[in-house]
Amino acid sequence: MRTARPKAAARAFAAVIAIGLIAAGCASDRDDDDGSGDGTGPFVFGAAGDPAALDPSLGSDGETFRVTRQVFETLIEHEPGGTEMVPGLAEEWSSNEAGTEWSFTLRDGVTFHDGDELTGEVVCQNFERWYNWSGTYQNTTLSYYWQSVFGGFAENESEETPPPNYVGCTAPDELTAVIEVAEPSANYPGGFSLQSFALQSPTAIEAMAADDPSGEGENITFPNYSQEAGVVSGTGPFQISEWNRSNGEITLERFDDYWGDAAGVEELVFRTIPEEDARRQALQAGDIDGYDLVAPADVETLVADGFQVPVRGVFNLLYLGITQENNPALEQLEVRQAIAHALDRENIVNTQLPEGGVVATQFVPDTIDGYSDDVTTYEHDPELAQQLLADAGAEDLTIDFCYPTEVTRPYMPAPADIYELLKADLEAVGITVNPVALKWNPDYTETTRDGGCGVYLLGWTGDFNDAYNFLGTWFADYSREWGFENQELFDMMSAASTEPDVATRVSLYQGLNEYIMDYLPGVPISSSPPSIAFSPDVNPPTVSPLTQENFAEVTFK
Amino acid sequence: MLRLIVRRLLQLVPTLLGLSVLLFLWLHRLPGGPASALLGERATEADRRQIEEALGLNDPVWVQYGRWMERLLQLDLGSSVRTGRPVWEEFTQRFPATVELALAAMLIAVVVGIPLGYFAARRRGTWLDVGAVSGSLIGICIPVFFLGFILRAVFAVNLGWLPSFGRQSTGIDATEITGFYVLDGLLTGEFDASWDAIEHLALPALALASIPLAVIVRITRASVLEVLGEDYVRTAESKGIARRVVRGRHVLRNALLPVVTTVGLLAGSLLSGAVLTESVFAFGGIGSFIRDAIDARDYPVLMGFILFIALLYVAINLLVDLAYSLIDPRVRVN
Repeated sequence: MRTARPKAAARAFAAVIAIGLIAAGCASDRDDDDGSGDGTGPFVFGAAGDPAALDPSLGSDGETFRVTRQVFETLIEHEPGGTEMVPGLAEEWSSNEAGTEWSFTLRDGVTFHDGDELTGEVVCQNFERWYNWSGTYQNTTLSYYWQSVFGGFAENESEETPPPNYVGCTAPDELTAVIEVAEPSANYPGGFSLQSFALQSPTAIEAMAADDPSGEGENITFPNYSQEAGVVSGTGPFQISEWNRSNGEITLERFDDYWGDAAGVEELVFRTIPEEDARRQALQAGDIDGYDLVAPADVETLVADGFQVPVRGVFNLLYLGITQENNPALEQLEVRQAIAHALDRENIVNTQLPEGGVVATQFVPDTIDGYSDDVTTYEHDPELAQQLLADAGAEDLTIDFCYPTEVTRPYMPAPADIYELLKADLEAVGITVNPVALKWNPDYTETTRDGGCGVYLLGWTGDFNDAYNFLGTWFADYSREWGFENQELFDMMSAASTEPDVATRVSLYQGLNEYIMDYLPGVPISSSPPSIAFSPDVNPPTVSPLTQENFAEVTFK
Repeated sequence: MLRLIVRRLLQLVPTLLGLSVLLFLWLHRLPGGPASALLGERATEADRRQIEEALGLNDPVWVQYGRWMERLLQLDLGSSVRTGRPVWEEFTQRFPATVELALAAMLIAVVVGIPLGYFAARRRGTWLDVGAVSGSLIGICIPVFFLGFILRAVFAVNLGWLPSFGRQSTGIDATEITGFYVLDGLLTGEFDASWDAIEHLALPALALASIPLAVIVRITRASVLEVLGEDYVRTAESKGIARRVVRGRHVLRNALLPVVTTVGLLAGSLLSGAVLTESVFAFGGIGSFIRDAIDARDYPVLMGFILFIALLYVAINLLVDLAYSLIDPRVRVN
C-alpha cells in the first residue's frame, strides 16, 4: 500500500516542475519583438529614473533633460562631445559691451513639430511666458533654472524669490531676437544653452496657458500638459509619441521635417530601470540597447563581452568639504593643508574611478575655461601632514567625517569605498575620524548644507562651460556648508560674475582658482566621467562630458 | 455576516485616525524634507526656505495635519511632492501592477507550497522532507535583491528565456482596460500581450514568492504532522475508511486552518515585499513608487499609502475570517 504513495508525491512534484519547464520552454521561443539589436526596431535606452515633466522649463534633473533634449532645442547648443558653445536654433549671437543685451540671429526654415515657424517673436513669447509665471510656477520645484539664471518674475510672490534680472525681449525682425537683462552675469551666454530654456511653439504656449499647475500646502501638482504627450511641441529631431507611466516607458518618433540631419532611428524609447545591476543585465540580455551610469566595476566585464563603453570627457568635481565652524581646529590653514597632504587622491582615481578620471588640483575640472595651471598643489605627503598638524598644535585632531550611503553620483561612483580610503589616509597621519554615515536624500545633503559635518564628500556636475557654474555654487557668499567668512574671496567672486568681457572673466577665474587653492576651503579630489554603455549592434551617439548625448546620431549596424 | 463587515469597518475609523496622527507626527519629525530631496546637492538655503514656505511646511504640525485631514474628508489625498501628480492617480495607475505581481507570487506560493508541505509531512524524514525544510530555510534567508539578481542572471542573461525587467516588452501595442495586463490581453483577445505579461511576471513573482512559499511549506508541514497524530485520524483509518478520504477530508481540511491564516497575513506582507521586488525588476508598481516617496519625504504619498495598506489589511483579514467558516463549519463568523 505505502509504496504507491511516493509515486503520487513524486507525480505531483513532477507536475509542478513540468508546468514550470513548459512555461520556460514556451518563453524561450518568445519573439525578440522589442526590436533591440535586430536593426529594425526602436532604439531602447535604460534610464535611471522617470523624467519629472515633458516640459523642460519645469525640469532641473538629468533624467528629464535626457528625454527632452531629443525633442526641444535651445538657442545655443554645445559641440558634440565637447563643452564649447556652438549655434543651436540661433546661428549667431552677440552682446552689447555691457553684457546686458543679447542678440540672437535665428536659423531660417525651422518648424516646430506642430507646424509653427520659428521666429524672433516666438523666442520672445517663450521668455515672456517664463518671466510672467505666477502662483505655483514661482516655486523652485518648477522654475529652478529660471530663478538661477534670470532671477525672479514680473511680480514676485515670495520674499525668498530673487529679484528678476530679465528685463524684456524684442524681435526687431523675423529672424532676430534681443533679450535684455538688468545686470551682466557669468550665466550668460551659457545659460541660453540650458534645456530649461528650450523653445516651444506658439500653439503649445497658448495651450499651456490654459492649464496651470495647482499648489496649496504640500500639494504642488505639475500641469497636465507636462505629464502626457500632445501639447508640448519643440523643434528637435524627435517628437513625443507616448508616455506610458505604468510601464516606465517614453516613446519618441522621428520628426520628418527636422531642419537638420534626420534621426538615424525611427523610434527612440526610454525605459526606466532604477537599479544599476538591472540596467546592466537588461543590456546583457538584449532587452535594451544602452544605459547610463555604469558602475566602474562593470566596465571591464562589459567591454570584455563586446559591449561599447565610450569614455566621456570630465565635467564634474568631487571634493572633500571642510566646515570650519564645525571644528575650531579646521579654521587653521595648516590643519587644512595637513588634511590635503594626508590624502592619497591618486589612489582614489586609480582604484575607485572609471577610465578617464583625473586628480583634481582645483575646484573646476580641466575642461573648463578659467582652469589655472599655476595653483598651489598638495601632494600626498603624510610626513609633511604630520609636521603641519604639529605646527598647528593639532596632533590630537578628531573630526566628524560624513559620507553618504545608498547612492552613486556621477562624480562619486562608490562613496563608502572612497570614504574608507580617505579615512585610512587621515588616520595614518594621526587624525581620529568619527564616521557619520547618512542616507543621501535628504539626510546627507541637509546635514552637509547645515554645517553638521567636520569634513564630508560632495561634488558637482557642470551645466555649461563657465567656471562660475562651479565656483559660484560654493564660494559666492557665506554658507554654513563651508562655515567661513572671507570677504576678499566673496568680492573677487562678485567681480568675476559681473564681468561682461569673456576673456577678462576667464582671467579673473584663473586668479580665483589660485586664490582658492591657497586659502584651501576644502580639498578637490577628482574629476571623473560617468560611464555609458551600448550594445555591440548600434553605432552610439557622440558621448558628451555634459551628458548631453544626441540620440538622433544613433544607427543600428 | 453583514453585521461583522459593518462592525469591522466601524472599528477601522478610530484605528485609521490614530494611525494617521502617529504617522503624520513621525514623518514630520524625520530629518530632512522635500526641498533637499527634490533638488539634492543643488538645493541652496534659499531654495529650501522657498519650497518649505510654498508647501506650508513652516506651519505648526497640527495646522498641516488639519489641512491634510480636511482634504481627506473631501476624498482628496493631495499631490505627490516628487512627481507633482495627484496621489490617487498615482495609486490607481500603479496598483494593478502590484496586485498582479502579488497574486502571481501568492499563486506560486500556494500551489507549490501546500502540496510540498503536505507531502513533506507525509514522507517525514525522506529526501523530499529534508529538501523542503532546507529549501524553505534558504527561501526565508535569501534577500530578495540577491535572488532577483541571480534569477535575472540565469533566466534572462544566460538562458535568454525571460525578460529581465518591466511589465511589458517595448513595442507591444496592447489595449489597456483594467491595467491588469494578463487580464486585459485575455479580455481583448490579444493573447500575445497576455503571454508577454506572464513572461514579465515570472521572475519578479518567483522572487517575491520565495518567503511566502517557504513559510507556507513549513506551516503546512507542521500542521499536517500535528493532525496526522490526532486520535480521530487513527480512528478513521482503523475503521477502514479509504486512505484518500481520510487524508482529504480529515487531515488536509483540518490542517489547512492555520495555513489559511498564514496566507491571509502573508498576502498583506506581500505588498511590503513588493517594495523591494518591484525596484529590483523595474516593475513599475506601487512598491517602487513608495520606496522613492520615502527617499523624497513625499508626505502626501506616504500618508495615503499607509492608510491604503491599513484598509487592505482589514479587508484581507475579513476575507480570512470568512474563509474559516467555509473550511471549518464549527467556526461561526459572528
